[in-house]
Amino acid sequence: MPLELYLDLFSQPCRSVYIFAKKNNIPFDFKQTSLMLGDQHGEEFGKINMMRKVPAMRDGEFCLSESIAMMMYMVEKFKTPDHWYPADLQKRARVNEYLAWQHGEIRMHGSKMFWVNVMVPKIMGKEVPQDKRDDAVEDLNRSLKMIEEKFLQDKPFIAGDQISLADLVAIVEIVQPLAAGVDVFEGRPKLSAWKDRVRQKIGPELFDEAHKGVMGAMEVVKALDSSKLQGFKPRIQKMFF
Amino acid sequence: MGLPEGQTLQLDTMTVELFLDLHSQPCRAVYLFAKKANIPFEYKKVDLASGEQYGEEFGQISMVRKVPVLRDGDFILTESIAILMYLAEKFSTPDHWYPAESQKRARVNEYLSWQHKAIRESGSKIFWFRAMVPLLTGAPVDQERMDSAVEDLTSSLTIFEEKFLQKTSFIIGQDISLADLVAIVELMQPVGTGLDVFEGRPLLGEWRDRVKKELGESLFDEAHHVIMHAHTLPQELEDKGMLEFLKPRLKKLFN
Repeated sequence: MPLELYLDLFSQPCRSVYIFAKKNNIPFDFKQTSLMLGDQHGEEFGKINMMRKVPAMRDGEFCLSESIAMMMYMVEKFKTPDHWYPADLQKRARVNEYLAWQHGEIRMHGSKMFWVNVMVPKIMGKEVPQDKRDDAVEDLNRSLKMIEEKFLQDKPFIAGDQISLADLVAIVEIVQPLAAGVDVFEGRPKLSAWKDRVRQKIGPELFDEAHKGVMGAMEVVKALDSSKLQGFKPRIQKMFF
Repeated sequence: MGLPEGQTLQLDTMTVELFLDLHSQPCRAVYLFAKKANIPFEYKKVDLASGEQYGEEFGQISMVRKVPVLRDGDFILTESIAILMYLAEKFSTPDHWYPAESQKRARVNEYLSWQHKAIRESGSKIFWFRAMVPLLTGAPVDQERMDSAVEDLTSSLTIFEEKFLQKTSFIIGQDISLADLVAIVELMQPVGTGLDVFEGRPLLGEWRDRVKKELGESLFDEAHHVIMHAHTLPQELEDKGMLEFLKPRLKKLFN
């Protein structure tokens, strides 16, 4: 029985898991779990992941959440090429370092822009207050700067000469604000060149396919019935108001 | 000893340097692991209360200006999770800390990943709100924000008990692992401000006792000494004349 991957490609960590599995020809059943439609609240899904988040994985009896844990599991189980998660102690440490750092930085700040530009206006019928909006942009810029100056520096990829889980996890997060209309690559030639390299290594077709949904997300959300999205209100209230 | 000019004698390739301030949860996790697993290290204290992390010297070590940091020869590593995994591998620590078996390891990885934005975030927030913000702003944090932070911590604790602990002795089963270490230091942070997260949670309390026993009470208490005396921190900051310097920087952390 192949792996089951519960995914919604609007979600960044779902995209990294999807790209990783496809790129490495890992056999899996794609279980569409639409966040906008509330699939994560279903009873069946609750059995896979009680935290009701995506991505989630089921391998026989074994259920796992957290994209990073899932990818590390797949690396081991399917013996993927070394460069994804190098056996070399220091190279691996560089990957682990990025994967740990990104949670509270680019992941958080990149996600926020999607809320600020797309979700909040739609659901609340008003814009995020200017000071909160400015803070969000500043935080995002700081994260992007750190990626360029600490994690990339003059290397082609985060861990060195070859692409790894770190680049995969980074790229999907950086695309999120892009999908919200923020051109993160403008004025950042180093980041832009890195993105092109990553896209090439993954394969432009696979990369574009994985990102097709989120790049069209703005339009999709605009067309949705906002009364159906009221479930997001408490979270928005907490984040911005 | 007749070494060629310019060459230094590296006496010990196995000792690493650990840059730590035990007020910081991730520093405690690294410290506890290194001590418990008998990893040879040089303790390099970084005094966060005097703003040492903003100094030029520390900036040379890590541009991120956070602790913990590991230095192994020329190799510098930040992020406690990465450091813990590096140490486990380099020093071939007992398997239970970071099991080789893939599903057990996945459970550790799952916890280590989840905790960043859950217990770590809400536990830290409560620490700052209770211990630091009143000093920095001259007023307590408004009740709504405090309640919200406590609510977040509470729901994280519920998930922790129901998903990660369940009925097992430790997070991944019968043996302590890096997951328990990372968890316990985060839970102790709000405790340092007088908020007993274990009160009314017997399951959690029992797990804490098991972890303490496994690590050794005296090591555990030693690592937590400064945080348990966190009430002296505001005075310390004032004495060191650090308030004005730290205010804008710290506000950014928890806006």
